[in-house]
Amino acid sequence: MAQAQQMQVSDEVAVQITAMNKWYGTFHVLRDINMVVNKGERIVICGPSGSGKSTLIRCINRLEEHQSGQIVVDGTELTSDLKNIDKVRSEVGMVFQHFNLFPHLTILENLTLAPIWVRKTPKREAEEIAMHYLQKVKIPEQAKKFPGQLSGGQQQRVAIARSLCMKPRIMLFDEPTSALDPEMIKEVLDTMIELAQDGMTMLVVTHEMGFAQAVANRVIFMDQGQIVEQNEPREFFNNPKSDRTKLFLSQILGH
Amino acid sequence: MNTSFARSDMLPAQKPPVTERGLVKWLRENLFSGPFNTILTLLGLLILYYIVRGIGPWLLNSVWNANSIQECRSIIAANAGEGASGACWALIKARWNQFLFGLYPPHLYWRPVLALVLLCLAVAPVLFLSLPRKLLWFTLLYPVIAFFLLWGGSVWTPIAAMAGLAVVVVVFQLVQGTVGETVGAGIGLLAAVFWWAYADEPVVSALSTAIPISLEYVGSDEFGGFLLAFVIGVTAISFSLPLGILLALGRQSDLFIIKTLCVGFIEFIRGVPLITLLFTASLLLGYFLPPGTNFDIILRVIILVTFFAAAYLAEVIRGGLAALPRGQYEAADALGLDYWQAQRLVILPQALKISIPSIVSTFIGLFKDTTLVSFVGLLDPLRGVTNAVRADINWKGVYWEPYIFVGAIFFVICFGMSRYSMYLENKLKTDHR
Repeated sequence: MAQAQQMQVSDEVAVQITAMNKWYGTFHVLRDINMVVNKGERIVICGPSGSGKSTLIRCINRLEEHQSGQIVVDGTELTSDLKNIDKVRSEVGMVFQHFNLFPHLTILENLTLAPIWVRKTPKREAEEIAMHYLQKVKIPEQAKKFPGQLSGGQQQRVAIARSLCMKPRIMLFDEPTSALDPEMIKEVLDTMIELAQDGMTMLVVTHEMGFAQAVANRVIFMDQGQIVEQNEPREFFNNPKSDRTKLFLSQILGH
Repeated sequence: MNTSFARSDMLPAQKPPVTERGLVKWLRENLFSGPFNTILTLLGLLILYYIVRGIGPWLLNSVWNANSIQECRSIIAANAGEGASGACWALIKARWNQFLFGLYPPHLYWRPVLALVLLCLAVAPVLFLSLPRKLLWFTLLYPVIAFFLLWGGSVWTPIAAMAGLAVVVVVFQLVQGTVGETVGAGIGLLAAVFWWAYADEPVVSALSTAIPISLEYVGSDEFGGFLLAFVIGVTAISFSLPLGILLALGRQSDLFIIKTLCVGFIEFIRGVPLITLLFTASLLLGYFLPPGTNFDIILRVIILVTFFAAAYLAEVIRGGLAALPRGQYEAADALGLDYWQAQRLVILPQALKISIPSIVSTFIGLFKDTTLVSFVGLLDPLRGVTNAVRADINWKGVYWEPYIFVGAIFFVICFGMSRYSMYLENKLKTDHR
């Protein structure tokens, strides 16, 4: 895909992680993570289950706490200071495996909730923004329904739109297509590809290698809580360097 | 063999056979669907027959107008013959006011009645979300109005007490920017306690002499009957829900001290019988409070009944909180909502919805428990008023009627609550399963 190469990556740093470690109790789940994400980068993180890839991106908006090292998001360091955490969270959008829409609110209310209460946007304006993004994910006609009435793919697109309504600078995707039926995966990936083309900084935990090849400018492979290999996608898939990566790729691309 | 077939005339629609429609079908499916069920049905009919035969004449011979039990009996004997039994509802009619108001001064009955009418207005916007939200301002003012109407005295007493809550809000708004919401709320509460302890009385007496607006004072010992049950029940219900929510949230908190305090409170209050708490309210508090403190007995009872219900509600709501998937908390966090926003907008609406049946059960239990206040000498409708009425020489010997009457009123109110909870559940259903 040609457009992937045309997408701009700037020199400005969006996320900087330095010598970061995390433990669950005594279990060392993330080990000495160092990584820099520039604005406009599309990074795919893959690896076997339990390798710490979800935990890594959840550290970036402090859904998980790290115990040592440094995480700086858009110039703000994540510490236990609640003000900083809320600031970072409102700048960083997140899409979950299980959508996590609010079932007691309509689609429109799901989208306007955070803009109204966190950004203090007037309701009318928040609704206009919400409809704009619902159009972008191609389901404006569902605005008045409740999440339970939508298909999985539609729900995930609503979840993406919900994050976008906060006008985030960085988007985190935690296995966004893993809970979807095969025919719905494409509609969600298409939405994500469009987002990438708009220049969004994206960190995506996924096993969709087609998406990685089409959109990513960098693929990171993790195992046992460490970054084992990272490279631009073509090199990564055609010419993996570590044996662990080769084994992983042969397992997921084997058939 | 020739299998070709063509229909020349179409069949008209027919009714199902007699055994498959209407009453016959219903009877067959619900009452006589097999030999065992047929036996059970017949047995049930037999039991029903004996019950009706036992109670039927008693109810049919009811007497509604009489001045004493003797008069009742003679009317029954005249109508149904010597030895017939009959209900004597004339007692309820004669003592109607006691059942409703206890010893409340008769010339002031309009005050509790007005308070009840206004209560309906105040509660309506809380119960029915389609009503305009502006009505909630009246709901907020209602405690002052109700207190003034029911107890009378200076209008400034309830206003000054309510002002304590305004103190909480004002202080909270002033300090929350610098110290954060949780600490701000704590400081606000402390300020309110100081207000109630030191500023309240001088302010009231100053205002009462400056602008004397007052109603005739009615003491708490004159309250009784359903008036008392309502005052305790409604107040405790409306205060125990917010307190229960806070306790449930506190129990889930990461802050060690808050968590320990909440767990201790819940476990202690829930582990002690309500009657013990009521005795504490009526007797023990007197020893602990400084001599001369006039701490109203109904107020004490309300506080302890509220605590009791709140401890149960906290556990009920904790169940609702635990039933929510972690993803809901994470999604709210990830959008940048702070703790209280996440709780108010995302978590509690769902957790409370899940807990509606148990919350209403607790409320029903609480309302029925208001009859226990008879143990601390208050005139509740079930034991207090009924015993007083039955001790009257005119009505000595009446047994079932007052209990049936009081029970029926309780049933109507509790059944109403139960139906409302079903309505609410239905209304809030969004999962479309």
